Amino acid sequence: MKRSRIPVLTTWAVLIFFYLPIFVLIIHSFNASRFSGAWEGFSLRWYIRLFSERDIWLALKNTLIVATATTVLSMVLGTIAAFALHRFNSRLQKVHYTLIYTPLVVPDILMGISLLLFFVAIGLQLGLLTIFLAHTSFCVSYVALVVLARLQDFDFAIIEAAQDLGANWWTTTWRVLLPLLAPGIAAGGLLAFTLSIDDFVITFFVTGPGATTLPIQIYSMIKHGAPPLINALSTLLLIVTFVIVWTIQHLTQEEHV
Amino acid sequence: MVRRIAQKLKVEWLLTMPSLVWLTLLFVIPTTLVFAIAFKPADPWGGIGAGWTLDTIRSLGNPNYPAIIWRTLWISFVTTACCLVLAIPCGYYIARAQQRWRRLLLLLTVIPFWTSFLIRIFAWKVLLHPDGHVKRGLVALGLADESTMLLYRSEAVLLVMVYTLLPFAILPIYAAAEKFDFKLLEAARDLGATPWRAFRQIFLPGIRRGLLTAVLMVLIPSLGMYIIPDIVGGPRSEMIANKIAQRTFVDRNVPHASALSAALTLAVMAPMLVVLLGRRKREVS
Repeated sequence: MKRSRIPVLTTWAVLIFFYLPIFVLIIHSFNASRFSGAWEGFSLRWYIRLFSERDIWLALKNTLIVATATTVLSMVLGTIAAFALHRFNSRLQKVHYTLIYTPLVVPDILMGISLLLFFVAIGLQLGLLTIFLAHTSFCVSYVALVVLARLQDFDFAIIEAAQDLGANWWTTTWRVLLPLLAPGIAAGGLLAFTLSIDDFVITFFVTGPGATTLPIQIYSMIKHGAPPLINALSTLLLIVTFVIVWTIQHLTQEEHV
Repeated sequence: MVRRIAQKLKVEWLLTMPSLVWLTLLFVIPTTLVFAIAFKPADPWGGIGAGWTLDTIRSLGNPNYPAIIWRTLWISFVTTACCLVLAIPCGYYIARAQQRWRRLLLLLTVIPFWTSFLIRIFAWKVLLHPDGHVKRGLVALGLADESTMLLYRSEAVLLVMVYTLLPFAILPIYAAAEKFDFKLLEAARDLGATPWRAFRQIFLPGIRRGLLTAVLMVLIPSLGMYIIPDIVGGPRSEMIANKIAQRTFVDRNVPHASALSAALTLAVMAPMLVVLLGRRKREVS
């Protein structure tokens, strides 16, 4: 039977569509010219200049502080929430599930403006703390859903075996359950980390003076900065992304072995 | 017995409390606040006035808004349609590819998903720039002349929205297609259906859930899109979210921004509710 060629052609066209702009950007980060129109030879000058931009380093530091704190707290809150959702099947859990799920479908801009109004209303100084609170609020949901998916595949016979062998609740949780769930929790954590590093809209609303994160910095560079510098910065960030995606693939593949 | 139930309840509350309290404080209360402020008057100093009013809600009928709401809707729906048209063949192809290829194709689809949103938008700004490659290519092909502006228009917004949201459509469609039994398509062909008919009447209904998820995953972020119209759009391609930001930061009219946000939230929730209610009805019957 002859198969249509439309699917294969569309798929490759889409992949070219996905990657072409990124490749052009990476190539231009090595262009000596200030303007992307002309190629004036290979150069690392934009990377070198990047290292002398203090604002970018400060923004990177802020981003990493917020992302690390967000990741840790949302991993804890999200994992506990996933346990509750998995173990109990009550009215409370229905409400709980809706509450976990809704932040994922609400537009970013609503979360941004609502948190801004809330922080102003309770008189909290806008800054890294408010960014951290905002990021954790949406990351908890992602971690909870990732861990919940892992729990649903989990073989609870192992827990019963541990209990039959005399392990108490505490030992079972810490020595059996959590180590086995660790890849799932780590995948949720990495998701939270990347989401926090990448968030612009919500951060834009709840940031205060001096609390510039990398996306905010990139945004202001896009609006009024030097394009080649952004190309270089983007290329570095893309490399970091590839490493993270590769790690996640690795973590989730181990599950199947 | 009673003690064991009480014990179990205590454990449930202990496990539920942390996230429940966190999300109530930082999600439910702030969202309610936005809906409440939509019924407050603005004061001339950028604050919120005393008392309650319906004026803010009424001012949404102001002649400026229908144009923006209409634009937000058409850009979002066209984006969703384009994403579906491209994602269905991709999902089909990836699901039918050999194991090794499938892994690679999936990885290639997921990477843009994880790549910084801003960087991907910026890459297009460079390409569409008056000195960029796309413009020069079009001029060389005779499809555009020097004065054609590719940036700062609704079509640019649309293109970049499809670019950034397409992975969100491919993944759920692939997930549904992977579970689809492709023997059904062969059976339909054996029974004399044309390929197009087999695709339309067997394959599409078979991946219905994936299609629905794809629509929501693209439509919802489209409706609330702020950053793409802000970077590659112009004053005549503003969407609702841009207006909200403008009302908040430039005009300092918080009640107005709140009313717009509340309207946007209701618009986003409407398709969700339709899907959820539809699902429940089917499960009941």
